[in-house]
Amino acid sequence: MDTDMTVASTESLTKVYGDRVAVDKVTMTVRRGEVYGFLGPNGAGKTTTLRMLLGLIRPTSGSARASTSVGALIEGPGFFPYLSGRANLKVLARHRGLPDSEVERVLERVDLASRGDDRFKGYSLGMKQRLGVAAALMGDPELIVLDEPTNGLDPAGMADMRALVVDLARGGQTVLLSSHLLAEVQEICHRVGVIDDGRLLRESTVAELRGGVSLRVRATPEPEALAVAMRLAGDDGVRRDTDGSLLLTLPADRAPDVARALVEARVDVHEITAAERSLEEVFFEMTSQKESVR
Amino acid sequence: MSTIVSTARSTTRGTTRSTRAELMRLRAWPAVWITLGAWLLLSLLFGYLFTYLSYTSGDPGFSDEGTTQAQQLARMMPDAVPHVFLQGMPMFGGALMMVLGALVAGNGYGWGTWKTLFSQGVRRTPALVGSVASLTLIVVGTLVVTFALDLAVSLLITASESQDVVMPSAGSVGEAFGAGFLVLQMWALLGFLLGTLARGPALSVGLGLVWALVVENLLRGVGQLLGWVENLTEVLPGTAAGSLVGSIVGVGGTDGTPGVVDTIPGDRAALTVAVYVVLAVLASIALVRRRDVT
Repeated sequence: MDTDMTVASTESLTKVYGDRVAVDKVTMTVRRGEVYGFLGPNGAGKTTTLRMLLGLIRPTSGSARASTSVGALIEGPGFFPYLSGRANLKVLARHRGLPDSEVERVLERVDLASRGDDRFKGYSLGMKQRLGVAAALMGDPELIVLDEPTNGLDPAGMADMRALVVDLARGGQTVLLSSHLLAEVQEICHRVGVIDDGRLLRESTVAELRGGVSLRVRATPEPEALAVAMRLAGDDGVRRDTDGSLLLTLPADRAPDVARALVEARVDVHEITAAERSLEEVFFEMTSQKESVR
Repeated sequence: MSTIVSTARSTTRGTTRSTRAELMRLRAWPAVWITLGAWLLLSLLFGYLFTYLSYTSGDPGFSDEGTTQAQQLARMMPDAVPHVFLQGMPMFGGALMMVLGALVAGNGYGWGTWKTLFSQGVRRTPALVGSVASLTLIVVGTLVVTFALDLAVSLLITASESQDVVMPSAGSVGEAFGAGFLVLQMWALLGFLLGTLARGPALSVGLGLVWALVVENLLRGVGQLLGWVENLTEVLPGTAAGSLVGSIVGVGGTDGTPGVVDTIPGDRAALTVAVYVVLAVLASIALVRRRDVT
């Protein structure tokens, strides 16, 4: 890897299928010990990027490098249907030279030990997903890649999975998480990469992406209020929200200054509150679509 | 130099682990036991049961026309076991092994188990060689069980008919095992290659069976009319396998055992079959190493 802190990285990674560019010069870095959220709408190129990172498919150009100590769940779990969950993991453990005790550890970790002897083909979607995560956890890999790990899980299972990812990060493991649940990503990821139409639009910390705390101001008359706001926050620091209020990129402790300036300009102040944009709002702005994302 | 040695050691370790893992999952797979059971059943039916019924009833069956009761009895004695053991292999033995090979390789794509394996950091070449090695061990096991069963049935008939027990020579047993191994291994590996090419068992099994059971026989028929087709058939796998067995057990006129032929000499047939074995392994490795696994 490039540095001691980098566990996975891509450099101008590109994949072309016929005349369709699935992944377009994506450069991203996953650092040791972080939970990295990989976001993008359906067909944005997330899974293709992850597959190239894991060496499952070859890039058309560019490069992808990941730690050799890796566990992954990519686009659904693939196991032998005639074997039990436990036996499937034992087969994987044999391939990797791991002891059977490792199988028991990861089954416990995903709360599947009691159903470990059931055949895989009889598992519910959620159980299959948990077995896939268990496979990724075997051997305590340095990097864990989870592509939509909460697919098929009920709310309790999703909460468990969220807790598991947080727990993994606390234990020093690096998690690269692709998820369509933006609230979940906002809650547990340190940094995110947003991909759309094959291109990485942004890579930053969640806080940076959300733009920090801003002030929401509702005041009339609006032209005068806007002029005051722009004087305080700068031309680029003000934007009008859909409900007509103004969002000022200023820290919350500047609220008294804003109120004073507005009053001095004879503007009626109806509301000044600290506002924080959600990751979902930022995401929709960046990808310019309101449909559900994957 | 030390890098080469270390890579070779790592590949050997990986192959050993993967062989153990593949054996673990194959021995629990009903499809393996059904295929092997079908071979043993067919082998006993055509090798002993029909001949025995014909012998006891004095009514020659389709495979015993023109033979005396003494000849039928001699065919069922222990010293004839190597020949009986071999004669079904070029046709239905080979076809069943091809089905097995196609299932072993092809189902991994449909179930996503190759993807699961390769995304956990397991290297492709050791995993594939391990799979081929486990298939080879199954072929060897099949040969041992088939021979043991044939010998047991033969001894039973010898005892029931109050005949002297004359065991086959070590040379004839070794020759039969060698030829049988080459034939079954070639078909199993060609099935493995087809399963890899088609990324699934259905198409590969269908195409393989049509080729082995129909196309090669038709080509041999056409070869009697067209010289260049005859030359082509001499290097085909079915002709080579049939000729190898034919050189040991004899062809037995126009109504001999299906698939057993004398188109090319035994040594050339053995060499041709061995070349197919090597080519099938190399082609499978080359394919799996280069291809995208989705």
